[in-house]
Amino acid sequence: MDVVVGAGIIGLSIAWRLAREGRPVTVVDPAPASGASHAAAGMLAPVSEVTYTEEPLLRLGLASLSRWPAFAAELAADAALPPHDPASTPSPLPSGATGAGDGGEATSGAGTTGGIDSAGGFFGGGISAAARAGLDLRADGMLDVAFGADDLAALGELAAFMEKLGLPVERLTGRECRRLEPMLAPSVRGGLLAATDAWVDPRRVTTALLAALERRGVPLVPARVSELLRDGDRVTGVRLAPPASPGEIPAERVVLAAGSWSGELANVPVRPVKGQIMRLRSAQPLLGRCVRGLVHGTPVYLVPRGDGELVVGGTQEELGFDTRVTAGGLYELLRDARELVPGVTELEVADVVAGLRPGTPDNLPIIGPSGTPGLTLATGHFRGGVLLTPVTAAIVQGEDADLATLCSPARFRDIS
Amino acid sequence: MDDLIIAGEKFSSRLIMGTGGAPSLEVLDAALAASGTELTTVAMRRLDPGARGSVLDVLRERGIRVLPNTAGCFTAGDAVLTARLAREALGTDWVKLEVIADERTLLPDPIETFDAAERLVADGFVVLPYIGDDPALARRLEQAGCAAVMPLGSPIGSGLGIRNPHSIELIVEAAGVPVILDAGIGTASDAALAMELGCDAVLLATAVTRAQRPDLMATAMKGAVLAGRQAWQAGRIPRRRYAEASSPLTP
Repeated sequence: MDVVVGAGIIGLSIAWRLAREGRPVTVVDPAPASGASHAAAGMLAPVSEVTYTEEPLLRLGLASLSRWPAFAAELAADAALPPHDPASTPSPLPSGATGAGDGGEATSGAGTTGGIDSAGGFFGGGISAAARAGLDLRADGMLDVAFGADDLAALGELAAFMEKLGLPVERLTGRECRRLEPMLAPSVRGGLLAATDAWVDPRRVTTALLAALERRGVPLVPARVSELLRDGDRVTGVRLAPPASPGEIPAERVVLAAGSWSGELANVPVRPVKGQIMRLRSAQPLLGRCVRGLVHGTPVYLVPRGDGELVVGGTQEELGFDTRVTAGGLYELLRDARELVPGVTELEVADVVAGLRPGTPDNLPIIGPSGTPGLTLATGHFRGGVLLTPVTAAIVQGEDADLATLCSPARFRDIS
Repeated sequence: MDDLIIAGEKFSSRLIMGTGGAPSLEVLDAALAASGTELTTVAMRRLDPGARGSVLDVLRERGIRVLPNTAGCFTAGDAVLTARLAREALGTDWVKLEVIADERTLLPDPIETFDAAERLVADGFVVLPYIGDDPALARRLEQAGCAAVMPLGSPIGSGLGIRNPHSIELIVEAAGVPVILDAGIGTASDAALAMELGCDAVLLATAVTRAQRPDLMATAMKGAVLAGRQAWQAGRIPRRRYAEASSPLTP
């Protein structure tokens, strides 16, 4: 049997994919879906998030993005999410978005499930009605905007870099930005549209994963793993912290997907990077797509949900396991969000939370057999856990050998 | 290159690095290694010195001395508090004092900086204050007991280079403590110019961490600081209005 340690979006997805294959699996987590997955905004934005030196992460992100529609459709079916709201049609794909980078990612898995629409872009296959309605999966793109001349110049540099990589981005004037998003501040000078980027509601995804696991009869043990059981150089199971009973679960394989806490259980170079994020609520969505911007050099993003929620994120702080929400953190989020979209000040504050992103030295996740028999790693997803969920599950299942090499634990010394 | 001496401590590198803006710790590590730096500043706000795997671990692994800074402070009170927390956490009484006047320009507030410097010196700190390119303030801070002065070339992160070389020269001429050119370096020639003006060291971060290839830019900065120092020591020729033949024109 496999034991998956950690019931965040990564651990739950791995368990779900294993269960679909008919493998016996158990998930252990004292508080399922309450960590980074609960805080995350859910941007599936490998194109607009690309930065210098991070081309490998871009490759991984594009591959995972292309897997999202099928992943979501299968999840929606497995969790029996209703394809309600028949009026809501799948999002139209932007014209000309034909996956110029990486020679056009394979639209893997598209068409394996019913209800999938026409193909195109990285986000091959379109979005099933159930995935859109149930998971709020949308592929309407990311608009990156700039205000002052400095931020506009920085965006221009970024655009040149993206174009060099063959990514499908479109430079827009301030007027064009505001035609797309009328709530943007009048001072917007210009922008960059990554039409193939997408987003999803991670809270709905973890809820659906929990439902799918329950329907498949996968046990979820609500306990904290205090240590990995080891026999010589092998990992043979997990020990649970009291008062859990029984106190141990033996396993042929332990999959460590404990996010920032992975470093507490095994020797892996993962550190917590705190992010504060807030959720605002309005009756009508303020935005039609994700908007992010540099405000005097500080990045901020706004992610609209179908139900009127608007997610504003996120700070980046190296404070260990601290998850306090601070005055300064919220102030900076609101200050910058208001510069982008002045109307946010009218919205209700629905939720403020701090999560811990599991960071690694090179910002790439650590996925695959650890080198210690019996221990597989699926951790260190940093800012991209939601985006990288489908490709992570695939790599753990032995698919995508090329990408697996990129994420291999073997690139670090002394992992055990 | 001759040693840099700050408060009695010797450094063989005259390039001081900052850590902000690097896309990942691995990229930062490679850049620090390429720069050859022996002293690197770290912002203490929003950093837990006890956390594993942070930027502090990268510096420890490389044996680079940590210079905590008070970036993000707007008052002398904030800065003094941050410096004390840093001393407690890191066990160093060195501090790069940075008190910012406003978020837009990030220019240093001279009055709050001077106030904080006096209090920190009295409290036993080795104080390296970040200031505008103001010779009078630099002199006053030296008199107040600061171990170095760190005038800006231009605003933090702007990459505009040294906008007022004359002021930097005036500061250098008058200073009895090291002068470290801080902020505004955009590319290697800016760092070389700082050293040619007689600065004792250069502090930079963004020019390297946000370059397309940070490790290569760090290598360039290392070379620029060395070249600039050597040119300063060698003594440049006077500028002339007309040509002077380098070999005799008549036999």
